[in-house]
Amino acid sequence: MATETLTLGKALNRGLRRALESDPKVIIMGEDVGKLGGVFRITDSLQKDFGENRVIDTPLAESGIIGTAVGLSIRGYRPICEIQFDGFVYPAYDQIVSQVAKMHYRSQGKVKVPIVIRIPFGGGIGAVEHHSESPEAYFAHTAGLKVVACATPQDAYTMIQQAVASDDPIVFFEPKRRYHEKGLVDLDAPLGDAYPLHAARVVRPGRDATLLAYGPMVRTALEAAAAAEEDGRDLEVIDLRTLSPLDLGLVYESVRRTGRCVVVHEAPGNLGLGSEIAARITEECFYFLEAPVLRVTGFDTPYPAARLEEDYLPNLDRVLDGVDRTFGW
Amino acid sequence: MQLLTPDGDRIDKVTWSDGTEYRVDFTDEEYRGLYRDLVLVRKLDAEATALQRQGELGIWASLLGQEAAQVGSGRALRTQDMAFPTYREHGVLYCRGIDPIMPLGLFRGVDLGGWDPNEFKFNMYTIVIGAQTLHATGYAMGVNMDGRTGTDDGEAVIAYFGDGASAQGDVNEAFIWASVFNAPMVFFCQNNQYAISEPLERQTRIPLYQRAAGFGFPGVRVDGNDVLATYAVTRAALDNARHGQGPTLIEAYTYRMGAHTTTDDPTRYRIASEVEAWQAKDPIARVRTFLTKQGIADDAFLAEVDEQAKQEALRLRERVLEMPDPEPLTMFDNVFPHGSPEVDAQRELTARYMDSFEGSAH
Repeated sequence: MATETLTLGKALNRGLRRALESDPKVIIMGEDVGKLGGVFRITDSLQKDFGENRVIDTPLAESGIIGTAVGLSIRGYRPICEIQFDGFVYPAYDQIVSQVAKMHYRSQGKVKVPIVIRIPFGGGIGAVEHHSESPEAYFAHTAGLKVVACATPQDAYTMIQQAVASDDPIVFFEPKRRYHEKGLVDLDAPLGDAYPLHAARVVRPGRDATLLAYGPMVRTALEAAAAAEEDGRDLEVIDLRTLSPLDLGLVYESVRRTGRCVVVHEAPGNLGLGSEIAARITEECFYFLEAPVLRVTGFDTPYPAARLEEDYLPNLDRVLDGVDRTFGW
Repeated sequence: MQLLTPDGDRIDKVTWSDGTEYRVDFTDEEYRGLYRDLVLVRKLDAEATALQRQGELGIWASLLGQEAAQVGSGRALRTQDMAFPTYREHGVLYCRGIDPIMPLGLFRGVDLGGWDPNEFKFNMYTIVIGAQTLHATGYAMGVNMDGRTGTDDGEAVIAYFGDGASAQGDVNEAFIWASVFNAPMVFFCQNNQYAISEPLERQTRIPLYQRAAGFGFPGVRVDGNDVLATYAVTRAALDNARHGQGPTLIEAYTYRMGAHTTTDDPTRYRIASEVEAWQAKDPIARVRTFLTKQGIADDAFLAEVDEQAKQEALRLRERVLEMPDPEPLTMFDNVFPHGSPEVDAQRELTARYMDSFEGSAH
């Protein structure tokens, strides 16, 4: 069994390589994905090895990337589209929301558009504006799209392959500030045996309160849980992994045990994933709750200038503050 | 570019400014076939408008005045070619041999127009203006990737859009992509002079076909009310595309004789004399004049075509009236190929809610 230590970015690259190998209809398209290997090098060497028909440097036009991917899907291809940065997805918004999301529904199941839209998301890298956003709620709100976020190299490697193999259109969020973080990746495990794509996972069991996170905030939540342990609090951390549909069975089970829950995400709080999750937990776990479900999120401001982002983003201290508040209720 | 004048006179051939020579060489039977198509398409369209007026369709987007542009281009398609329509291409749909009932579910509100594009080589109608030009271009890139160009039996793709859509970003992106990837595309713009109420001058300062030059491929303007010229130009462009020579923009210069849709009131934004001037360029009258003058068709033939159109319209009407309303719970079907537990749960709750009324006063 080949297990290697890989960065999250490299794990994605290896996952994409396997997806290209496994099906000749799989293609990658996006800006700078060819010779350059993408601005984050996620598609490094793939064009060299699979050719310009499989890994396509596109014109600089996001609507064009998604719109032509729809046509290629009708033709039988399985496009993986790279949107270079979160803040650049909006020119493609109509094609994603009105076309990709609705094709299967409108055609009564006759047309499948198995498109994966990869989006590096979130902040923490000191970037200029439009390079640090968390637009996942827009897509999770749209019927017909599935939305996932990976948090670890192993999940990055597996989930990207599962997303490509799925006939559902999937918006695939990658935590760009975690691209360089390393982890062990089992490269040979059969995809069929892997943990399901649309399933949450307990990444740290605990008894006293439940922390929910996804993408870049999973590590922050784990760090908060480690710090809380020193204060004698045993926090359970759940990586949501799938944002649409949500998979909250584990979450309900956890909250019924702990009675306390904090949802963490970088995206603004207003109508973010945390709002929906809090509502559902309230509906399902009302008599078990010792405190309201709290949210620790980005603020309802535009993403601020980079020198302010440490104050904008939820960090270990803000997560612990949220936990404290649930115990102070 | 014109091969048949409004007075029904044939022009043998026309040489476009780039040296291309356009002509058609139809048999009498083929001429009569085109006439039959034009009459049928107009009649079915009129029937749909009537059905809307009687409350049987929610809305209808009439093609009145654009029959030649649609029949000419539709008949120019070869079997293997793929078409991406807007929501007004009922004439092209007819020429593809597709049951004219198909789009009426969309306009009646019993479905979302869901046919299988690959079965009919005719994509679903697209209502967001211009979005389908990118779909067509992507499909055409796939044709290239499949190695299905460069021969006589190669495949070509046609995207329909209008003068209004020419202002959309998606259409301009589609031009760029088709050009850069040398996609086997024909961009077929029916310039019907109006985007709902806005005249052409609000979309462009130059003739639309001239835009192609800036994108690096040929553009040609054809009399969109001339079925022969439209056929000749589209066939040539499709054949160029299938032989690997890349995209062409065709501007079919025509006029929307009716309203944008049945909810529109064109008297608020255009004058009667303009409509009358275009009436004189009617796409069907000129073919009838030509056929009669040349002795290709007699009164008996014209009467027989009218009768066939009447009968087909009647059948269409009967079938529209018989269209059942969909079962409520079908709204939860096909949201995803692999389904969704959230949608399943909502279907289940809704079913239980609906069942709770059974046997009650409701």
